[in-house]
Amino acid sequence: MAWFKRTDKGIKTSTEDKKDAPDGLWFKTPKGNIIHTRELKNNSYVCPDDDYHVKIGSKEYFEILFDGNNFKELDTNMRSGDPLKFVDSKPYNARIEATISKTELNDAVRSAVGKMNGFDIVISCMDFNFIGGSMGSVVGEKIARAIDHSLKNKIPFLMISKSGGARMMEAGFSLMQMAKTSAKLALLDKAGIPYISLLTDPTTGGVTASYAMLGDFNIAEPGALIGFAGPRVIRETIGKDLPKGFQSAEFVLEHGFLDFIIDRRQLKNRLTTLLKLLNN
Amino acid sequence: MLLEFEKPIADLELKLQEMKELAKGRKIDLSADIQSLEEKIQILKKETFQNLTRWQRVQLSRHADRPYALDYIYEMTNDFVELHGDRTVKDDKAMIGGLGDLDGRSVMFIGQQKGRNTKQRQERNFGMANPEGYRKALRLMKMAEKFGKPIVTLIDTPGAFPGLEAEERGQGEAIARNLKEMFMLKVPVICIIIGEGASGGALGIAIGDKVYMLENTWYSVISPESCSSILWRSWDYKEQAAEALKLTATDMKNNGLIDGIIEEPLGGAHKDMKNMAKTIKSTILEALKELDKIKPEKRTDQRIDKFCSMGVFVE
Repeated sequence: MAWFKRTDKGIKTSTEDKKDAPDGLWFKTPKGNIIHTRELKNNSYVCPDDDYHVKIGSKEYFEILFDGNNFKELDTNMRSGDPLKFVDSKPYNARIEATISKTELNDAVRSAVGKMNGFDIVISCMDFNFIGGSMGSVVGEKIARAIDHSLKNKIPFLMISKSGGARMMEAGFSLMQMAKTSAKLALLDKAGIPYISLLTDPTTGGVTASYAMLGDFNIAEPGALIGFAGPRVIRETIGKDLPKGFQSAEFVLEHGFLDFIIDRRQLKNRLTTLLKLLNN
Repeated sequence: MLLEFEKPIADLELKLQEMKELAKGRKIDLSADIQSLEEKIQILKKETFQNLTRWQRVQLSRHADRPYALDYIYEMTNDFVELHGDRTVKDDKAMIGGLGDLDGRSVMFIGQQKGRNTKQRQERNFGMANPEGYRKALRLMKMAEKFGKPIVTLIDTPGAFPGLEAEERGQGEAIARNLKEMFMLKVPVICIIIGEGASGGALGIAIGDKVYMLENTWYSVISPESCSSILWRSWDYKEQAAEALKLTATDMKNNGLIDGIIEEPLGGAHKDMKNMAKTIKSTILEALKELDKIKPEKRTDQRIDKFCSMGVFVE
């Protein structure tokens, strides 16, 4: 007999009572295998047993891509204003403060410049932990300035997207970030500087409908959810269940909107090859 | 179809009509009563429409009698030739476009189109364009650029269509491409929100040198209903959501996110479509006069700079 028994079905713990598990040494893969976190890290945060790509943030992507984890971060201290004094279940500025102290991030994107296998590159990478990777003024402005840096120094730009879409609490301002980032990408395009857009799990909403889909090269991680509307909204609209694999990276590739899907363990080398081919 | 806050006015208007009928048939002089009732109606109208809540403006923007893009286009132009299709998949009936003559000047009109009855609404997909709609819009914009014609877009959509085929055909990519391409257009671009301006679906044809909103419209990143359902986890907070989103023309102007507000006739655009069209037309002609003076390269630079300055953050 089991030494404990679940009497109630389902998880009933309220969000406030949930406990954060301490950062341990061990990681449980979706298949149920226990592996050492060092093993996971050395495998670019891909589970060795089933190639599942664990969701990671800017810290890990920078570590994977920049040579020796050396980079110069841009606009590190930029933080969100609260232009609309937005209040839903709690005030927006309180939400921002709480998220900053919880995640130790200032907003949902970080930009940096450094070398990747010797090639200069500017990378902006989103952090989903920060209010669902939502795009507000800070995200828009930091990406815009990263592109400016690319333009000024004639360095290729890599955008790593991971976002639920626009940040509702900045309403009209957040909508205009789609316009702002697209405007800067138009300039990058005109200057003939390469732009690679990497879409990771998940990339949806206003992010998909702006910079994420505007790469000279649109690439994605395996199995990533990529779409404009979220699956729930589509299901409600059409009143039918969605086909298996709908809005997966593989689905998006099949429909012609991606150049290729890349295993994270090969990401750095494949990007380098691409830059080499553009250079020679 | 009347909105809740239109009813007291409509009741008085009915009374006035009855009184006028009554006066006609008999020899009693009711002119004093008629005049006083007319004044009363005017005061009530002003009071009601000057103090609308944000949610009430959202309701007006969706009024069943509200004029749609083609209504304005046919009213404003002498000749209008509608053009169809994206040359790839099909003709999206939720997105219309064509060349029209505006006081002797040819203009490329593009806009979302809603339907008036059930059949039309279905045909127009409630003004929710699919990717081919955005690609049709871009095709027409490129054509306008080729022939040196200014572009006027009329925005009225509850959003880009969130359907299965829309995803298959790249709704996100279609909108994104329009944003990028519109910044580079060498001809003047004027965008006017005439009803609903919902999120990326609206923005996909709203990158302009001048962006205007009619007085009783809304423009934001999400509809108040969807915002309520996501942030309050219930559909019942749409009024609060509308307040929080600051989505009216006045809000958007105050926040520097649009260039101007076009005043509507008292009671809303649907009360006097002809006059509304006249105001829109003169706004367009006025804007064109201003934009014509600027060199194309400078115009695109200014367009880019304007949108790039939008955002609030601290460093």
